[in-house]
Amino acid sequence: MNALRSILLRREAGIAVMIVLFCLAVGAFKPQFLTLDQLRIILLLTPLIMIAAMGQMMVIVARHVDLSIGSILGFSAMVSGMLYRFDIDWFGFDVPWWTGIPLSIAVGAVLGLINGLLIQLFRLPAIIVTLGTLSLYRGMTFIISNAKQIDRQWIPSELKGLSQTSPILGIPWIIFIAFGVALLAYVFLNHTRVGRQIYAIGSNPTAAPLRGIKVTQVTLLVFTISGALAGLAGILYASRWGFVNPSNTGSGFEFQVIAAVVIGGVSINGGVGTVLGTVLGVLLLGCVAAALPLLGIPGTSQAAIYGAVILIALVIDRTVRRQGIVGLRRVRA
Amino acid sequence: MAETVPLVRARGIGKEFAAVDVLRDVDLDLFPGEIHALLGENGAGKSTFAKILAGVHRPSTGTLELNGKPVEVTSPIVAQKLGITLIHQEPISFPDLSVAENLVLGRADERWFSRVPWAEMTGEARRLMDLLGVKIDVTRQMRGLSIADQQMVEIARALASDSRLIIMDEPTAPLTPKEVETLFGIARRLRDEGRTIIFISHRLEEVRALCDRVTIFRDGNKIATDTIGNLTDADIIRLMIGRPLKEYMHKTRSQIGEAALRVEGLTLPGVFNDVSFTVRKGEIVGLGGLVGAGRTDVARAIFGVAPAASGTVEVDGKRVTIADPSQAIALGLAFVPEDRAVAGIFRTLSVEQNISAAVPDQIAPSGFIRRSVEKLLAEDAVRKLSIRLASLRQPIGELSGGNQQKAILARWLLTNPSVLILDEPTRGIDIGVKAEFYDMIGELAASGRAILLISSELPELLALCDRILVMSEGRQTADIPRSAATQEAIMHAAVPQVRGVAA
Amino acid sequence: MSTLETPAPTSGHDAAPARPRWQVVLVRPETMTLILLILGIFAGGLLSPFFLDISYILRSFTLYSEFAMVALVLTMVIIAGEIDLSPAANMALSACIFAWLQQAGVPIPAAVAVGLASGLAMGALNAFMVIGLQLPSIIVTIGTLTLYRGLAQVIAGDKSIRVPEWFIGIDKIMVAGIPLPVVLFVVVALVLGIVLGGTIFGRQIYQVGTSEVAARHAGIRAARIKLVLFLLVGLVAATAGIMTASRLGSVRYDLGLGGELQMVLMAMLGGTYIFGGRGTILGTFLAAWLLVIVSTGMIVANVLPAVQLVVLGALLIVSIIATNFIYSRTQR
Repeated sequence: MNALRSILLRREAGIAVMIVLFCLAVGAFKPQFLTLDQLRIILLLTPLIMIAAMGQMMVIVARHVDLSIGSILGFSAMVSGMLYRFDIDWFGFDVPWWTGIPLSIAVGAVLGLINGLLIQLFRLPAIIVTLGTLSLYRGMTFIISNAKQIDRQWIPSELKGLSQTSPILGIPWIIFIAFGVALLAYVFLNHTRVGRQIYAIGSNPTAAPLRGIKVTQVTLLVFTISGALAGLAGILYASRWGFVNPSNTGSGFEFQVIAAVVIGGVSINGGVGTVLGTVLGVLLLGCVAAALPLLGIPGTSQAAIYGAVILIALVIDRTVRRQGIVGLRRVRA
Repeated sequence: MAETVPLVRARGIGKEFAAVDVLRDVDLDLFPGEIHALLGENGAGKSTFAKILAGVHRPSTGTLELNGKPVEVTSPIVAQKLGITLIHQEPISFPDLSVAENLVLGRADERWFSRVPWAEMTGEARRLMDLLGVKIDVTRQMRGLSIADQQMVEIARALASDSRLIIMDEPTAPLTPKEVETLFGIARRLRDEGRTIIFISHRLEEVRALCDRVTIFRDGNKIATDTIGNLTDADIIRLMIGRPLKEYMHKTRSQIGEAALRVEGLTLPGVFNDVSFTVRKGEIVGLGGLVGAGRTDVARAIFGVAPAASGTVEVDGKRVTIADPSQAIALGLAFVPEDRAVAGIFRTLSVEQNISAAVPDQIAPSGFIRRSVEKLLAEDAVRKLSIRLASLRQPIGELSGGNQQKAILARWLLTNPSVLILDEPTRGIDIGVKAEFYDMIGELAASGRAILLISSELPELLALCDRILVMSEGRQTADIPRSAATQEAIMHAAVPQVRGVAA
Repeated sequence: MSTLETPAPTSGHDAAPARPRWQVVLVRPETMTLILLILGIFAGGLLSPFFLDISYILRSFTLYSEFAMVALVLTMVIIAGEIDLSPAANMALSACIFAWLQQAGVPIPAAVAVGLASGLAMGALNAFMVIGLQLPSIIVTIGTLTLYRGLAQVIAGDKSIRVPEWFIGIDKIMVAGIPLPVVLFVVVALVLGIVLGGTIFGRQIYQVGTSEVAARHAGIRAARIKLVLFLLVGLVAATAGIMTASRLGSVRYDLGLGGELQMVLMAMLGGTYIFGGRGTILGTFLAAWLLVIVSTGMIVANVLPAVQLVVLGALLIVSIIATNFIYSRTQR
């Protein structure tokens, strides 16, 4: 009984219940929402967000935030897109279709590392630094691409196939990749020393160095991972949508990801957050996004809903952790 | 003991903070299998010395030897590796991680991506808890653990890393008698295993019950080291204080008038309960008790920083509701908070601005600041309280602690308060400046103000106060008139129950 | 003899010596901004004779005057220890509300009033979340930024809403040869400069930003001060949004997109300390001109808009590094 109670009291249970209630509510009006086909649509809306959310979650657990992931996504997708577009001109041969995957991840990792270096070496707030690099990386995307889109015909069909073909049950590869990343993130955060150190840093940043945690290095790692995952999301963007556009690709992506992470119960005060919660947060956003067209709500209202959802999640976070509020009040007063 | 090699041999240890000597030329030998007390008033240097041993501070002068080999304790991590653990009064921990994780975190330099052995980790944590004889679920979060339990986790951590020197910095202050007994039992067991324990406390009876030898500090100097049996309480107090207590007494006995502040049944659930007292004009009322007894919370409630849930407050005979400090100030209350660095000063702003912060109406009657008025007020305050500074425009953070505190007092004197609440006003202040404060407090009372003085220093309370209230665990346990006030009487009321400390 | 027993060993160190006056005046971030501004004008002058034409500079400034106005208030918010990333989205939403109303036949003055009121309401929502619920302003305003911009999109869709002919062209109105938006900016800067530098309200903004806990203990109503500032940002942002509508002649949901970067950049370039407690209106005032000179210079030099994005981002990072460095030097 106690075990059940403790499961029900967990934050993840709350999100799961919200997902079920939401789906039932929508299903009551539109029964077709509760079909397997719809589940596939929901799942297809989420992989990019899920992958980037894993990185963003680690950043937020470590008491930072990364606003630049949308631009990192755009830049790394563009680099790979240009490789596909110009490989013959540059190297004289067609590169294998998969080269964009490691390339995007590497490019993203480097951009993430730059964020981390600026934040750690100069002791700057992550929010301002990544607001700066959000603009900087986006500008670089325009520069390297000469403001030109990489069109459909240049994206290798095998890459696009990742989003269409399925190894099993009609579920495309890209979804397996997303859940694979989530699984890796779970193992990393819960079963490696450095994973636990990320929680320790977010939980008590001043005490962490006293316990021999190399805060600088761990923070750099966290931002690098966040960048690398945004890079992976970048190449999968090319796979999913079949083009890379210097201005649209990844623009505003950071808000969706932050919304998902915050809904998933990752505390903005650091130290708290689980992979399961984040996955559920992503799925809840996916459900909302999938329900909108069915309910006849125009796609233009999506951003407003994300915004509202972030705010609601913040308020819930506040009330769920009432202990925390009282604690904070006493410190602040 | 002369034949054994000391575990720690300290020679000529000194420490300077911002050009102030806080520790001078300390020589001390600590032997395996002893519990060694460090005694002294606040700011005497005992904690600084302990922190140097634990690598929190680096000494400005002097050398350390461990088992006869010279060592440099450059950081807490190095200390840990050398087998030295410092247990803070309020232990540092990672509230979102489990108890077991807190035990092993950063213990050794395992590689980043090595696996976390959850099963072994919890197993070992349980074993350590059993060894200590405490019942703490090691898989639960650290958040919400009582301070006593957090200390146990720290001790377990010291055992896990096989520390040979364990330093406990005032560990008993927040503990209940039963918890203290458990702690002492464990400390004795550790000693019998051949470990060395440094015990910092200002409670003589505890030191007597637990420790083998004592070292007494005063004003940054080591005054004496001796076996506890060789010293009487009177000896120890004399060595700690150096001067007879009488010198602190305020001479001007003021005329005590009618009630200025009356508190009735003040309650904030879980923090303090049913607190009632009266402070009259010209009277200095002390508020004593252990750290965490709820004294500061009562002061904060009266002043409206964190208002009480129920109870009444009367100021000058009128019943008032204070929900915000600005209302308290308007009613003639003033509050010098305990945590000067956080709640008192604006560190980077000028001394002038700091002094005038509570009197916006005086310096800016129309909303626009009149700098000449402000300057006059500040200059006047600096002269009256003899605040030592280079310029009124320099950031207050550049002043010494005592002068910062004088500036805060000056801020409140400008409001011409009828009731002054002083929370540990002399904490972290040089002994010379302390005497000035005692004179000032006496003068303020003599001028007809009511003063509520919260202090953990018993001599301070005894010397200054007309009456001493004592709180314990959020309850008011005594109201002792000056004539009946003794250290023993206050401590007796401050300690939750009669403390049966086995010798 | 006994009086000689306790020599005060620390009496010589009661206070560090004060810094010389010239250092106090010269070693501050605003000086850096001023020097950069002068250098910028020089460089621009070499680049193109346009730069020596004051009216050209003024016309260029009208493009940035709305952001610059908001940046002045934002400076005060940052000094008070908070941040607001939502004003650019606020500009878009209040402009959309205004434009949609007047298109629906509401008389212009009423539409303007509702637009301004909605800006105020947006500021109030920020204030409620930050002050009432005690949530960090960084994350709250990321949320409201998304929400406000999203609501603007809900109202306007992907289309642009036109405003009537006579309402267009605030930037063409000249006051003594100076475009009206620039005049407004200067007036707002003067007023806020006096408020921040000369009044008790301004003084208390610095005190709250330096230490909110200490401010509360000194009887300063930190919550009230922050409330006023968030409301003021909301109101000024709405004004700026409607000014932009008049300048552009039509309103889309992406009006002022990315403006939060420019506003924060102006405050940071002007030497506002990101952690609160320091900064001046003068600094942001100078920084606004500096930014116009840099941007215009890039346009004149035919630099791609993309490169401008890079330069703005890099400038933001460099400016906080420099400001933090100067403050860490002058604070002991």
